[in-house]
Amino acid sequence: MAMQWAEEQTEARGIMLLANNVTKTFMSNKKEITALDRVHLYINQGEFISLLGPSGCGKSTFLRLVAGLDSMTSGSLELNGAPIVGAGRDRGVVFQQYSLLPWMHAWENVAFALKKTKGLSSAQKKKTAYHFLELVGLKGFERHYPAQMSGGMQQRVAIARALVYRPKLLLMDEPFGALDAQTRRDMQDLLLRIWEEEKCGVLFVTHDVDEAIYLSDRVYVMSAHPGRVAKEISIQMNKSRDWNDMLTDDFVHYKREIVSELERQKALKKLAANG
Amino acid sequence: MRKYTLISLVSILVVVAVWSIVTYSNMIDPLFLPTPGGTLNALGEEIGEGIFFRDVGVSFYRILMGFVISTIFAVPIGMMMATSRSWQAICEPIVALIRYMPAAAFIPLSILWFGTSDMQKFFILFLGVFFQEVIMIADNCKTVNKSLLEVGHTLGFSKGETTRNIVFRAALPGMMDTFRTTWGWAWTYLVVAELVAASDGLGFRIMQAQRYLATDRIVLGILVIGLFGLITDQLFGLLYRKMFPWKTLEKAKG
Repeated sequence: MAMQWAEEQTEARGIMLLANNVTKTFMSNKKEITALDRVHLYINQGEFISLLGPSGCGKSTFLRLVAGLDSMTSGSLELNGAPIVGAGRDRGVVFQQYSLLPWMHAWENVAFALKKTKGLSSAQKKKTAYHFLELVGLKGFERHYPAQMSGGMQQRVAIARALVYRPKLLLMDEPFGALDAQTRRDMQDLLLRIWEEEKCGVLFVTHDVDEAIYLSDRVYVMSAHPGRVAKEISIQMNKSRDWNDMLTDDFVHYKREIVSELERQKALKKLAANG
Repeated sequence: MRKYTLISLVSILVVVAVWSIVTYSNMIDPLFLPTPGGTLNALGEEIGEGIFFRDVGVSFYRILMGFVISTIFAVPIGMMMATSRSWQAICEPIVALIRYMPAAAFIPLSILWFGTSDMQKFFILFLGVFFQEVIMIADNCKTVNKSLLEVGHTLGFSKGETTRNIVFRAALPGMMDTFRTTWGWAWTYLVVAELVAASDGLGFRIMQAQRYLATDRIVLGILVIGLFGLITDQLFGLLYRKMFPWKTLEKAKG
């Protein structure tokens, strides 16, 4: 049944990432915890997908599996038809805590990602790094250390670093979670602009409903304990890609749909706890 | 900053003043504690005899060699212990065992093996410094933020490349602090080695002075060692700030 579903999906569209029955358990205090329970999902070529859910729903765990930083317990995870084994340069990862190398200038942090790229002189690498910093709006800050930059600026460098080697799939783990509201909005717009330019797929992990609707083509709403995909919502609305989007009837409609799903989960959890 | 320097200076002056008062007033017999003037005098004598700078040079050479040999081994082995479980399993029991054996207890054995040559000093320094240093280096590497390692993996680096390009660089400031600390220990072990078996060096000079009850030369020797320790420590601090300007920025940011 699951296999059939997977095949149908592959045939139907140009699928980039396909997760089938992905389960992840780990031991904690001698008890087996199921972080992810038979997760099915897919990402089409160049599609922007959000994983949305409360903490403990395994959305970050799933992202780490796709990044190849952890291994799953069972199931299959394929990127462009090949199973994911370990980390690789076909994926770019942006972490919540920026994770820049503090001893390097901004441009060196970006150029560092090109270290394994063959056939580029160091001058070309530098030029490319400068270009990508300009793309994320950091022209003039190339020679700043991370400690000299604000959180938003550091995250821009991290995004430039994840994009500079042109991965097919960009993985972002609550990248704007630590930023203030205003910076967050700016970063969302920046991300959309870059995504439209780079045409890569994006797997975006967030717990912010507005953010998920505003950015995504499709949203997977997850439930916690164990982590499951509870609902898949296609966001089909005309997007002018500015803040007015958030005031449209369509937007509110999607928001209501997602919020009611999250509320339903909460009610179920309460019931389970009492029962 | 100027105020800070001023206070530090006053603090040193107070110590010298107390020293002067108790010695010049004959409260303490110069046999037990010489006057500041007497100590300076001893410095003049030793320079005149041509032994002062030779002692300093010889001791400095021994300490540098002992420290460099220890560190050349401690850095790669410590890094391997931090990044590979097998290496940790191989090294840790041996290191942990020898670490608790006092280096000074090896002096008789070291004389049996190497006589009173410089090799004997290097051996004692190595025992005293390496086995502590390697554990500290491993700790420096283990405290590197795990997310930085993951950056390495996601950029397609092999384990070795991640260790060289990320772990080493990220642990380097911590390692510099380790060097600064172990360099201080190296001084202690050198003097211990020279006190027992040497024909020159600052430790030997102190021991010889004791035989002739030349307390002024003993105090001079101790002061000189302290002063060199202070100077090298300042140099380490300067090197740290030059090598890691971003560390200063991080601190300023809080």
